[in-house]
Amino acid sequence: MAITLSGDQALAAPPLSSRLTPAQVWGIALLAPYLLVFLAFVVYPVCYGLWLARAPSNYVALYHDPIFARAAVNTLIFLVIGINIKMLIALVLSGFFAQQRTWIKWLSVIFILPWAVPSIPTILSVRFMFNPEWGVINHLIFSFTGDDGPNWLNDPTVALTMAIGVHIWKSLPFWTLILITGRLAIPHDLFEAAEVDGASWWQKFRFITWPSMQTLYITCTLLSMIWTLGDFNSVYLLTGGGPADLTHVLATLGIRYLRLDQLSLAMASIVCAMPFVLPLVYFMMKRLSR
Amino acid sequence: MKLPGLSEFSWRDVATEARLLLIGIPVFLWTMIPIYHMFLFAISPKEDAFSGKLWPDHPTLHNFEIVFKQQHYFLRDFYAQFWNSLVIAAAVGVLTLVIATAAAFSISRLRVPGGRIVLNLALFTYFIPAAFLAVPMYRTMGNYGLLNNHWSLILAMVTIASPYAIWVLKQASDKLPVELDEAAVMDGATTLQIFRMVYLPLMMPSLVAIGTYAVLLAWNEYLYAFLLLSNDREITLPVALGNFLAADDSPWELLMTTGFIYALPPAAVYYAFRRYMVGGLTAGAVKS
Repeated sequence: MAITLSGDQALAAPPLSSRLTPAQVWGIALLAPYLLVFLAFVVYPVCYGLWLARAPSNYVALYHDPIFARAAVNTLIFLVIGINIKMLIALVLSGFFAQQRTWIKWLSVIFILPWAVPSIPTILSVRFMFNPEWGVINHLIFSFTGDDGPNWLNDPTVALTMAIGVHIWKSLPFWTLILITGRLAIPHDLFEAAEVDGASWWQKFRFITWPSMQTLYITCTLLSMIWTLGDFNSVYLLTGGGPADLTHVLATLGIRYLRLDQLSLAMASIVCAMPFVLPLVYFMMKRLSR
Repeated sequence: MKLPGLSEFSWRDVATEARLLLIGIPVFLWTMIPIYHMFLFAISPKEDAFSGKLWPDHPTLHNFEIVFKQQHYFLRDFYAQFWNSLVIAAAVGVLTLVIATAAAFSISRLRVPGGRIVLNLALFTYFIPAAFLAVPMYRTMGNYGLLNNHWSLILAMVTIASPYAIWVLKQASDKLPVELDEAAVMDGATTLQIFRMVYLPLMMPSLVAIGTYAVLLAWNEYLYAFLLLSNDREITLPVALGNFLAADDSPWELLMTTGFIYALPPAAVYYAFRRYMVGGLTAGAVKS
């Protein structure tokens, strides 16, 4: 009965404008500014970019560009090794910062600084520290050992490692903060009960902390990987992609092509990153919709 | 009988404290060294800056004087660039607040049809890595004729700040009781009146958090600013700092001084609004 009734109503529906209540009209009007921004600056650029990258010749050109292959490998190292190390440290530190101590509270206020201040001055500060001729690090090495220090940023492996280090320096506080919030949400009586039963710290972590934080931890790791794919600053400001374009990641490579006025190549290199992005997004969506 | 137990207990305490310090001291050093290094450069005379000392022999504010008087080739537009950063950050804060508050009110309180889908689509923006979106965004701004115009950076940053802002504001406004709106409607309030007199005052803490977030995001942004603005008098401070690197003989001590001046406002704003920020911004995180 109800079904037929609603069917009849649908058939006899008056035109759209009179079906909407004033509140709904307001709703659409208030949502419209964001929708416009979204269409003009997300949907249009993405579609336009994909259209620019349509020619197969771009992909042939990328395939023959050794810098591209190197950048893809670097990106993979950055994500798989860098992010997992970062998240593990964040997990440990979230336990450290959850301790109730006055000095730890003060330390946590300082610890946020890398995230609160802009990245460019601090990354440049690190870059100067490691300058082979005038940097503080090599100056100290010279005054202690009498030898010249290494030419840090001129070795692609060292330079990429340092870029990962800079990335960790910058974003560790944010993820630690999120994991602290997760840790503090665990009911405290669970730990008290475990304490009474004489559980070791590892058992407490293994059977209480980890099960309650697992979902959050994995979600954070996936999200951090997606965002790190777009981390331009850590590599560009520290190494500039050098030496000899060996430390590029896909983020800096796309911008490099763009600066060289090879826009379709830049878009093609981003399309090539989709095999990295889409599985991450897929897992992420699956986790969030649960 | 009681004493040995007590001392044993405090020994365990000392051991725990020592272990905590074993983490705490490296964390402190790791966090502070790049920042302190920058500060050291800023207060050192040119010839002292490279010496590797923990404190300069003759600390000076001379570098700040050079920056504030624009007495160097690289710094000739310092005030213009500082002003650009300020205006753009303020505009992004205001615009994001207006757009996101309206959208959150519409989705959460007015339950506009399709609102949930719009929110999900909006959040999808964050699955596009920032540097990847920057490439087509650059070309799009060119098509709209906005390149080298402050509006290009403002609109780009609003695009990036809004989805998160809408999401946080929607979470916060879902928590307000429906009865408030119903009571206001009973009293004959129009939708606009509910928005102005009921919704906005109750949302103030979240609005402060989101405004601060958007302002900091825009002030700190390097990549988009570097791509979208290029004229020396139109660029923001971070782009100007990046341009220092173009020259081999760049004056590091001035670069670090300018960088220090540039980093101070966001740090100050963050600490001033920390109470709002941490509560307001991480509230949604734990739910997932």
